[in-house]
Amino acid sequence: MAETKQEEKEEQKEGETVRIYIMGREYKVPAGLTIMKAMEYAGYRFIRGCGCRGGFCGACATVYRKKGDYKLRMDLACQKVVEDGMYLVQLPFTPAEKAIYNLSELQPTTNVLLEYYPEIAKCVSCNTCTKACPQDLEVMDFVQAAIRGDIEQVAKLSFDCIMCGLCAMRCPAEIVPYNVALLARRLYGRNMLPRAKHVEERIKEIEEGKFDKEIERFVKMSLEELKEEYRKREIEE
Amino acid sequence: MEKIVRGYPESMRKSIELVEKTRDERLKHVMAESYPLIPLDQRIDILRKYHPDYRMEMKRPVKVGPNKGDLMPNEVADLLEAHPLVSPKDVDLSKIDYDTDILIIGSGGTGLAAALWAYYSGAKPEDILIATKLRLGDANSKMSQFGIQAADRPEDTPMTHYLDIMGAGGFVNDREMVKTMVMEAPMIIKWHEELGVMYDREPDGSMVEKIGGALCRKRLHFCKDYTGLEIMRNLMDEVQNLKIPILEFSPAVELVTDDKGQVAGAVLWNMETSEYHVVRAKSTVITTGGFGRLHIQGFATTNHYGATCDGVVLAYRVGAKLRDMDSVQYHPTGAAYPEAIVGLLCTEKLRGMGAQPVNKNGELFVNPLEPRDVEAAAIIRECYERNNGIITPTGMRGVWLDTPMIEIINGKGAIENNFPAMFRQFGRQGIDMRVDPILVFPTLHYQNGGVIINIKTETMVPGLFAAGEVTGGLHGRNRLAGNSWMELQVFGRRAGIYAAERAKKATLGKLTLDHVVKYERMLKEAGIKTDRKAPMILPDYRGEKVIAHTLRIF
Repeated sequence: MAETKQEEKEEQKEGETVRIYIMGREYKVPAGLTIMKAMEYAGYRFIRGCGCRGGFCGACATVYRKKGDYKLRMDLACQKVVEDGMYLVQLPFTPAEKAIYNLSELQPTTNVLLEYYPEIAKCVSCNTCTKACPQDLEVMDFVQAAIRGDIEQVAKLSFDCIMCGLCAMRCPAEIVPYNVALLARRLYGRNMLPRAKHVEERIKEIEEGKFDKEIERFVKMSLEELKEEYRKREIEE
Repeated sequence: MEKIVRGYPESMRKSIELVEKTRDERLKHVMAESYPLIPLDQRIDILRKYHPDYRMEMKRPVKVGPNKGDLMPNEVADLLEAHPLVSPKDVDLSKIDYDTDILIIGSGGTGLAAALWAYYSGAKPEDILIATKLRLGDANSKMSQFGIQAADRPEDTPMTHYLDIMGAGGFVNDREMVKTMVMEAPMIIKWHEELGVMYDREPDGSMVEKIGGALCRKRLHFCKDYTGLEIMRNLMDEVQNLKIPILEFSPAVELVTDDKGQVAGAVLWNMETSEYHVVRAKSTVITTGGFGRLHIQGFATTNHYGATCDGVVLAYRVGAKLRDMDSVQYHPTGAAYPEAIVGLLCTEKLRGMGAQPVNKNGELFVNPLEPRDVEAAAIIRECYERNNGIITPTGMRGVWLDTPMIEIINGKGAIENNFPAMFRQFGRQGIDMRVDPILVFPTLHYQNGGVIINIKTETMVPGLFAAGEVTGGLHGRNRLAGNSWMELQVFGRRAGIYAAERAKKATLGKLTLDHVVKYERMLKEAGIKTDRKAPMILPDYRGEKVIAHTLRIF
């Protein structure tokens, strides 16, 4: 007891701290840190399980539990702020299967996703994938859309996917929703979105040499002339 | 501790009320019309006074190597004046672990484009090797939010794109590189369409394009605010489908040369087992990105964990010359609150769609669409010279970026539809950016300079190519939004093509690490005494107390 009081006193001196458990061992860290920064503060130096540190790459997908609560929770270590009594681990790697294909030979047919990822048919609609998603995507809905062959729906619902792997780790049917969605998005982007005609036209103009003389003039221009051209630009509204 | 109301402490809430008061008035003049732009000739005045690049006490002339005498940030000079990680006596070059035509170091947008275009131009997948420090695709490329520039609308031309780049870069850019990029950019967009990249489009398929700071045309293509992620997902999938060999968690720690003075591969290091691997390659391509994680001048950064300047160090040691290494891009709007996300990027697209930077009194103090260096300098001036910044509970200063304006200008739902990543990021911290402004301050974003290359991406050393952020020249001394991703693609593609071309005819001599011996000698002759070693590979963020009490037992 005496020891605890001593600790409490120190806490007051140091400013606000929280108590976390990394792989079961207790550490005291400043409040307000993300899980990633808290583990580093405690002395961990990451090789695995750390990437962009900004919520875009999915490297730091992690599982945690709060003291006295049986529920496993999932989030990104670089985004989630530590809370008192958190039990933390690292998930370094998701051993998931990715189908190999030549996109230019594929058509966005109703069956194509099932053909490359037949295991999606085993989905039991338990929604565990959705609950696991740190991006709050409707994962089960896009797996169901994949079974139906609705490629557009899969592409749109999965667009914000950072491919962290948590859905695949939790799926009792061993589906890899994020790779299924990747194929769907690529098919949608390549075959179902209309192409930009103005891009095609500009490429043709460039190939025909329409800008060659003018761009060369800009390359050779004196600094003063170039500055003058720059000042003359009109900003598009 | 102060009471937090919808994500902000009460003291900051008072300032938000002032922002709300002036909003209607500010909405009368938005975007480029909102505040007078600083004339071209006066940009230098504000830069000299407030841009961190002009704090001469934070730089020093580097003492060794091809750029001896050039000013560099202390953090960069420290790395160039450090000992190599490996000593020739520790590495057996007679045993080659990987014998390949093309070694690509790095797997961001540049490295992957190089691999794919090497393949498209005839290299077999098995004759290419991608070595990368972390996972495949772990790079700043994935974090890019706003977009990618290509002059492909009838209202736009390669010349206007060229002018925008030159003007923003201070007219010191490598003109041939600029020309190459603006002329090849539309072709890259088409390639992306074929890969399946889901660019935001109008119903008829035309690209939705927006304006950014110091652009004179709407030229930024994007995929919501996950542009980099979306392009990377396509490139990574393509590389995997082609079964191009990839070594993950295997940074290059030193280049290998041959007795003819050519670069002939690299020494890789397995980060988990500490084993080294010798790679022999006819063409070696450095695509390792920039230096954000050096935290130059102590700035927070938007950058990936692995952005530690490794490629510059490796290239410099074999004799590649650098340029503009003292030029750092501080993105004007990094998150300044709350503490958990300090330094993370708040995309320029926010300003491109109408959000204005305002001070603690709710006053607009700069045009929202100045070039990044000028915009950043103006924000620093507002916070530290004029004392009009908002001070956070941890003592950080920042200005408001008035994001609710975006929905007023572009309609309800504009934030969720255009900025899902940003909305999510602030939402996680209890802040609703549709309703409340966000607090921002400049954050270390991009390495403007780097290894000198020509338009074939050749460095000054035979056998060594470089492309992407690790190189200098294209952006001069200040980069525009969306020109990094286009740089990665245009010059990554070229690196793949020309590396494959060289591999067809190059013959290698006996492998050596003589340049390491020479470099050590130069360090000694320059009187440099240090324990520091480079490349850094990863930053060390362990707590100070832990570091001070570390015993290296095994």
